[in-house]
Amino acid sequence: MTLMKNLMGAAATLALTAGLASAEPAIIYDLGGKFDKSFNEAAFNGAEKWAKETGGTYKELEMQNEAQREQALRSLAEEGANPIVTTGFGMSDPIAAVAADFPDTKFVTIDGWVDPAAHPNVLTIGFSEHEGSYLVGMMAAMASKTGTVSFIGGMDIPLIRNFACGYAQGAKAVKPDVTFISSMTGTTPAAWNDPVKGAELAKAQKAQGSDVIFAAAGGTGVGVLQAAADEGILSVGVDSNQNYLFPGKVLTSMLKRVDVAVYNSMKAGDALDTTTQTLDLKADGVGYAMDDNNAALVTPEMKAAVDAAADKIKSGELVVHDYRTDNMCPAAEF
Amino acid sequence: MDYDTLMQILGSTVRLGTPLLLACLAGLFSERSGVFDIGLEGKMLAAAMAAATVAFMTGSAWIGLGAGIVASLLFSALHGLASITFKGNQLISGVALNFLASGLTVLIAQALFKQGGRTPALAGDARFNPIDLPFAEALKDLPLLGPLYAQVISGHSILVYAAFAAVPLSWWLLNRTRFGLRLRAAGENPAALDTAGVSVVRMRYAALFITGVLCGLAGAYMATALQAGFGREMTAGRGYIALAALIFAKWRALPALGATMLFGFFQALALRPDVVEAVTHVKISGSFLDALPYILTVIAVAGFIGKSIPPRAGGEPYVKER
Repeated sequence: MTLMKNLMGAAATLALTAGLASAEPAIIYDLGGKFDKSFNEAAFNGAEKWAKETGGTYKELEMQNEAQREQALRSLAEEGANPIVTTGFGMSDPIAAVAADFPDTKFVTIDGWVDPAAHPNVLTIGFSEHEGSYLVGMMAAMASKTGTVSFIGGMDIPLIRNFACGYAQGAKAVKPDVTFISSMTGTTPAAWNDPVKGAELAKAQKAQGSDVIFAAAGGTGVGVLQAAADEGILSVGVDSNQNYLFPGKVLTSMLKRVDVAVYNSMKAGDALDTTTQTLDLKADGVGYAMDDNNAALVTPEMKAAVDAAADKIKSGELVVHDYRTDNMCPAAEF
Repeated sequence: MDYDTLMQILGSTVRLGTPLLLACLAGLFSERSGVFDIGLEGKMLAAAMAAATVAFMTGSAWIGLGAGIVASLLFSALHGLASITFKGNQLISGVALNFLASGLTVLIAQALFKQGGRTPALAGDARFNPIDLPFAEALKDLPLLGPLYAQVISGHSILVYAAFAAVPLSWWLLNRTRFGLRLRAAGENPAALDTAGVSVVRMRYAALFITGVLCGLAGAYMATALQAGFGREMTAGRGYIALAALIFAKWRALPALGATMLFGFFQALALRPDVVEAVTHVKISGSFLDALPYILTVIAVAGFIGKSIPPRAGGEPYVKER
């Protein structure tokens, strides 16, 4: 019996120390996949930056289907990963279901929403996509020769409509008579990975007169950018800087600094503060991309106008409507 | 809706309908020989990945096409091995192949290119570029027929014309040759075929071979003509829509063309909600148009457009009587 007790004690100690030693952060990528050249890739870049700077290691998982989410969270939490950073709105409900079982583990949901009052160990990080989209919308309207700009979304959810709404507001702010067209790829998660349909949507929008297309559609967006380049019109990338995909054909990219969110969460580690964060333009959470690939497309006047608007948004003088507050958009109909 | 818009939608219909048409003809051959093939999706996916990868490495879309067909044939062979030689369940084998393709394509592409299961973008000769048929420019201004010729008939990649040529060819092969008669017999009454001294197993393998080639064309068309590279799960369920079209077409070659183009037309319409609204004066959701092919198939199966009867020996492995 004593022997048994000793053994159990030893095992418990071992488990505890093992737990302490492996308190490394973890990241779960959403269905679009780690290298989607967009949202999830930005998260990966943030994690890599953290690993490079601190010399630490992190665990990572890629979701392959909806059913894996809760199981993935549980297994990472049981392995002692802390904090567990997740990307995509789809992780919210699974986190809400799991968080209470692991009170000492911190969870981060980027783009999701988990009630902080009910789950004090969950950090919700959101972005002001409408502000960044507003800026690229201005740029699109100024670059458009036909007076029609358009938007292609992935799955039809309020978050994606917020991109479209900000974009339409920006476009109409520069040219009040601009025509705005919006299309969604689908209503299921498959809409994030259908480049063929994305390309056809882009061609359909071109036929309706659009010559600048903003794609917020994950892997589908690659098809949109491809078709726009093939058809000789401009496109706007999303989340990561996608200007390099088709140099000289992508007007700019709406940046969503998921990398910053991931980096900060991993850096904070166990001591992560779980007060809900919204990374807006002021906090450099969103923005637009300038580099050698699009330098020739963006005139100094365009840049000046966009930067002036950015300053106004930062100071609070200009307020861009957030679609998610009332599910309405002043500049576009869905 | 003006004429130009209609032409644009019809052009879109041809592009979206072609992968369905190729996959539908592929399913036609295998199902007519008595082998249900739910694995069309997986074959297309494997072909898309192989075609994009090899086209990128060699810089030639044609070599890529060859690789796509080989990949699809390998999957066909696996399906045949499981469900013809070893007499396994055809549906289970097909589903398993779909899963295999879904995982394997991403794995291989990731191992080769480290771009998250994507293949690098193709350019120039590594893609099947649209070809303009003769006189398309000159005839463009002709009333009615001009735009139809220039926008709908001309300006597609060579694979589209191959797909359309495959329709009469399939009809002739199935209905006017000895090979076709035997192939259909393998699906209707394999025992009779066997009695006549023809190997059912060989006929079914031959059918799966044709299926493999056609699915290879479909996959290569998506990855190297419509798109410039492979993306994970890029077939997005088109193999299943093709199966629905096959039922709708009552397992016949010529109606298969009509069914797939009709489905393609609905998909193209779903991309233009503004046009639908202008014509009908009702706001119709794009999701409804997307769902229409399936609704039509249910109606077809329920018998509203005449009986849709599958090949009688379909789904059953042939066991020689002793």
